[in-house]
Amino acid sequence: MYIAVPAEILGIILPLLLGVAFLVLAERKVMAFVQRRKGPDVVGSFGLLQPLADGLKLILKEPISPSSANFSLFRMAPVATFMLSLVAWAVVPFDYGMVLSDSNIGLLYLFAISSLGVYGIITAGRSSNSKYAFLGALRSAAQMVSYEVSIGLILITVLICVGPRNSSEIVMAQKQIWSGIPLFPVLVMFLISCLAETNRAPFDLPEAEAELVAGYNVEYSSMGSALFFLGEYANMILMSGPCTSLSPGGWPPILDLPIFKKIPGSIWFSIKVILFLFLYIWVRAAFPRYRYDQLMGLGRKVFLPLSLARVVPVSGVLVTFQWLP
Amino acid sequence: MILSVLSSPALVSGLMVARAKNLVHSVLFPILVFRNTSGLLLLLGLDFSAMIFPVVQIGAIAVSFLFVVMMFHIQIAEIHEEVLRYLPVSGIIGLIFWWEMFFILDNETIPLLPNQRNTTSLRYTIYVVKVRSWTNLETLGNLLYTYYSV
Repeated sequence: MYIAVPAEILGIILPLLLGVAFLVLAERKVMAFVQRRKGPDVVGSFGLLQPLADGLKLILKEPISPSSANFSLFRMAPVATFMLSLVAWAVVPFDYGMVLSDSNIGLLYLFAISSLGVYGIITAGRSSNSKYAFLGALRSAAQMVSYEVSIGLILITVLICVGPRNSSEIVMAQKQIWSGIPLFPVLVMFLISCLAETNRAPFDLPEAEAELVAGYNVEYSSMGSALFFLGEYANMILMSGPCTSLSPGGWPPILDLPIFKKIPGSIWFSIKVILFLFLYIWVRAAFPRYRYDQLMGLGRKVFLPLSLARVVPVSGVLVTFQWLP
Repeated sequence: MILSVLSSPALVSGLMVARAKNLVHSVLFPILVFRNTSGLLLLLGLDFSAMIFPVVQIGAIAVSFLFVVMMFHIQIAEIHEEVLRYLPVSGIIGLIFWWEMFFILDNETIPLLPNQRNTTSLRYTIYVVKVRSWTNLETLGNLLYTYYSV
């Protein structure tokens, strides 16, 4: 037992790190193709060694930190961000029973980890001892906290339909029909809230380069910035992971044909996660950026009432017709 | 062993909240307290409460405190002088709190406590749990919305 669990942990983390590295490349290439140019394709064949070159550059670069920065907090912030995005993978199911920890509170654990993700950003901005970084960090933290509320309410909507089960069973409960089809508006809202939660795509004003000198990670160079970067992409994959397991049904194949069952469930899971990541990158390439007051207005005045307006009728219908699981 | 690994940092962090020189550190120490308390709740088998702690306490309450501390520059350099003036009264209040904590314990060797009852040391298997095991959330909801709903 004591060998199996660390082996499982390594088996999740190492492919995840590889995936994050290649996601960086994939994003640059997909955005490039959307914009009718080719992305990086000099380093390897089709640019496949580009993440390696980037990682090598970032490791060998000289770390410069501001002299009056609060030292322990400054060093701890990117570590905390990256650690939180890795730790939350303990409850994501890849196949039936293929979860690191199959507990009843798996989704709540994910929600707790994304609540803690705010701290990496706040401590990074505060300990950088720079006004720009501080303001960017506070804005980013306020945005994350606002959209987390609507993520929580949407999770509650899906969980009411499924019942209190553990992580694998929640996916198995979508055997008849995927949750994303009757609850399709909920899926759309969840995707948009995940975009805002990870400070991505149209909602990335706090880390915009033109306006605010790259926000909370302005004072970090080499490994610190690399860890923030990796943490953001790992967070992105993390948000699309449970998104696929909740809504379009995690690992069971599309139709119940025996030919589809030959392919293992984790491959189907990966295909769905890749589709969602492609959606993330596509949205980033396609839409202009929201201004901060529009962003916060959207979160508090549109998504919060809308998610409440999904919880109440769904639970009302389920209680009325006694369809509670 | 895990109990002492979790409970001693909780106590130390609680103490450091009041004793930290830097104001931001003294708001970051409650985060450690909440985290260790969440671990202690997990050891007790209360998984739902242990997951609610990061969400509510760390993710919302401590974030609010952090926003207040970071955005308003509060000077606390004057507060740390002449602390010993308050020692008699605060010492008595502290001792009363300390004594009240032992009401929760089951120990027969502590004097002056009303809870020295005779407990048996028999162990028996609860079979109803094996037939239908309720999750933590279900038991909470079962009582909250029916019996305690007013």
